[in-house]
Amino acid sequence: MGERSVDQASIKMLKKAAQEGIETAWERYEKQQPQCGFGLLGICCRNCNMGPCRIDPFGDGPEEGICGATADTIAARNLLRMIAAGAAAHSDHGRDIVTTLWETAAGEAQGYQIKDEGKLRSLAAEFGIPVEGRSKEEIARDLAREAMEEFGMVKGALKFLERAPQKRREVWQKAGIVPRGIDREIVECMHRTHMGVDNDYVNLVLHGVRTGLSDGWGGSMFATEFSDILFGTPEPVRGRSNLGVLKEDQVNIIVHGHEPTLSEMIVLAARDEELLAAAREKGAAGINICGMCCTGNEILMRHGVPVAGNFLQQELAVVTGAVDAMVVDVQCVMPALTGVAGCYHTKIISTSPKARFEGAEHIPFDEHHALDTARKIVQIAVDNYPRRKKEFVRIPEEEMEYMAGFSVEAVLKALGGSLNPLLDAIKAGQIKGIAAVVGCNNPKIPHDRGHLLLTEKLIKSDVLVVQTGCAAIACAKAGLLLPEAAAQAGPGLGAVCRALGIPPVLHMGSCVDISRILVTAAAIANALGVDISDLPVAGAAPEWMSEKAVSIGAYVVGSGVFTVLGSIPPVLGGKKLTELLTEGARSVLGASFAVETDPEKAVDLILEHIAARRKALGLEG
Amino acid sequence: MKEVQIDVGKCLGCKSCEMACAVSHSLSQELFGAIFEDTPPRKRIYVQGVGAAAVPVNCRHCEEAGCVGVCPTGAMYRDERTGAVLHNRDRCIGCGFCELACPFGAITRLPGSKVVAKCDRCPDREVPACVDACPTGALLFITPEEAQRRKRLQLARQMCLP
Repeated sequence: MGERSVDQASIKMLKKAAQEGIETAWERYEKQQPQCGFGLLGICCRNCNMGPCRIDPFGDGPEEGICGATADTIAARNLLRMIAAGAAAHSDHGRDIVTTLWETAAGEAQGYQIKDEGKLRSLAAEFGIPVEGRSKEEIARDLAREAMEEFGMVKGALKFLERAPQKRREVWQKAGIVPRGIDREIVECMHRTHMGVDNDYVNLVLHGVRTGLSDGWGGSMFATEFSDILFGTPEPVRGRSNLGVLKEDQVNIIVHGHEPTLSEMIVLAARDEELLAAAREKGAAGINICGMCCTGNEILMRHGVPVAGNFLQQELAVVTGAVDAMVVDVQCVMPALTGVAGCYHTKIISTSPKARFEGAEHIPFDEHHALDTARKIVQIAVDNYPRRKKEFVRIPEEEMEYMAGFSVEAVLKALGGSLNPLLDAIKAGQIKGIAAVVGCNNPKIPHDRGHLLLTEKLIKSDVLVVQTGCAAIACAKAGLLLPEAAAQAGPGLGAVCRALGIPPVLHMGSCVDISRILVTAAAIANALGVDISDLPVAGAAPEWMSEKAVSIGAYVVGSGVFTVLGSIPPVLGGKKLTELLTEGARSVLGASFAVETDPEKAVDLILEHIAARRKALGLEG
Repeated sequence: MKEVQIDVGKCLGCKSCEMACAVSHSLSQELFGAIFEDTPPRKRIYVQGVGAAAVPVNCRHCEEAGCVGVCPTGAMYRDERTGAVLHNRDRCIGCGFCELACPFGAITRLPGSKVVAKCDRCPDREVPACVDACPTGALLFITPEEAQRRKRLQLARQMCLP
């Protein structure tokens, strides 16, 4: 099982699954081999019913689809649709948070409150909303309305773009890719990729970047900022990670998915005295809420709630036999869960009208009855506790402490209120640069191996690593999110971490919180009076799999950050398109993608890039 | 001896076999490398559409192989050990007689050359790449006896089931 994961808890559960005849994503991955070459290269098109069409990558068959679309056109259109889906997922998440704030301000939402009034007021000021002598509800109502307009076609440009350096905004203007409205760009993706619309791969990619930007500086940023207003802006917090956080003698509830609206309420409900008494009545010592994937990241950032694992551990969590309920909302939730859960006592509870799972119990969640619904869900888990099949319960002992909660505000606080200590450390070469290691898991790569290899080597080379999503959970489990991990960093970075009491790997939140990384990069660029693309920074997604990651890639590169992908994107069948993404983009955006499946080589690419940027800025090696 | 058998009814026309065949005859031996090679690799199996159906066509490694018979240089020869009809590129003068002689169109030319290419049954693999890649079982690597047994079994099932 070592070829499947580098995480001991996961290896143990994979063995247990094999013994118990449970099929997981890895077996299903094996069954899919060999995967379709046309799909892997991105050169099959199903966008109209003259097709499906595919291009022969070896020049021994059709070079155009029925309509005349070339490999480059087809691969670019497919890429654009991936970006559209990814941006849609993030911005729909953002929209839900905006709606929740709107309803909270109107007093129509149950259990929510405006936790960070300071952030509300500063955001309102940013949007030109009057704050003097007004209640937080009044301000929140206006701010939510402003945000709602960002989704449409009223404004002409997204407000948060003004956070980016002037030089970067000029790059966008010159390329004609200033995002106008969040939903609008996504709709335009679908329009352009419809049969017989945009067939120019360059034009398609440019709009792809624009759509990505509408996610990073729009949908995701709203999700982050408004979640902070509602649930509090994260501050450094400690908690525990990996499957060992499940408790043999407690009711275990895993919240899995993405949106904090639900998980926050579940956390609240689990502290309810009545429910705790009910749990004790059933023989449980308490109620243990654990997170998974980005829902996990949202609540660990704000409450230090334990995180049971990342994307490829969702089935393995059920295999422990100790999960009484897994509560899911949207995104990255495998439909296979209900099948695995059927072999144990675990209840899979779906909650979103957007995401139903065959075999799951559906408890519709809405903001108006949020707390009641959360209580109901916790009650179901409590009632399910006695149904555990003792002979099937085996919780791996692996668990590891983490320190998370590094919002932009928390980073500034750790630095003593200004970016200067960080800038000085970068200028002096104590810290060579900053790398954002983000993204998913993917059975094409041994689980967590890409994240860990890359991160360990980067910090050893004095590169500060910032993380979100499943990458951050991987590093939490490996103990890299602790101040003590400074011992694994190079001498320069290690000294800085020890001086500030921070880990060499900063957990900045969930996948939508990559917007925090954008804000940080923009702030550093502004402080130095340069563009983001001039900074010694890089991005990496060593184990990415989702369409959301494609949208993220588009906005990170679009924001001027060189990005290395560890799993091969389905574009290589379009040779000119590939050249544009890996080379040509540099002349337009000041950044491009690299594809490198070997984490060792990926580190070298990042270090070379950082060294080149340092040299250009006139900094010591 | 196992041969590549075809269950025509199962072919969906996905061309996975063509792709896998080309890759297994490339220098890099993997898809992402093969598409960037200076001389693109050549597939040796062809999915032929006919109406709504598709038929994978490959070399049958004939007993009385016309291609071997007409080859003036001995480039096309039979491997007595395995019974496979093979082609030695170094001896091929690109006359094209084997192409003419093949009744199935299973012999084609390498890109930019008159030298031919044909199925070699993937000598370095336990199962030929095309069979490995077929997602539906339209291509099978089994003995002719086993292929016939399966057909008889199928017939028997049809006759005896209510």
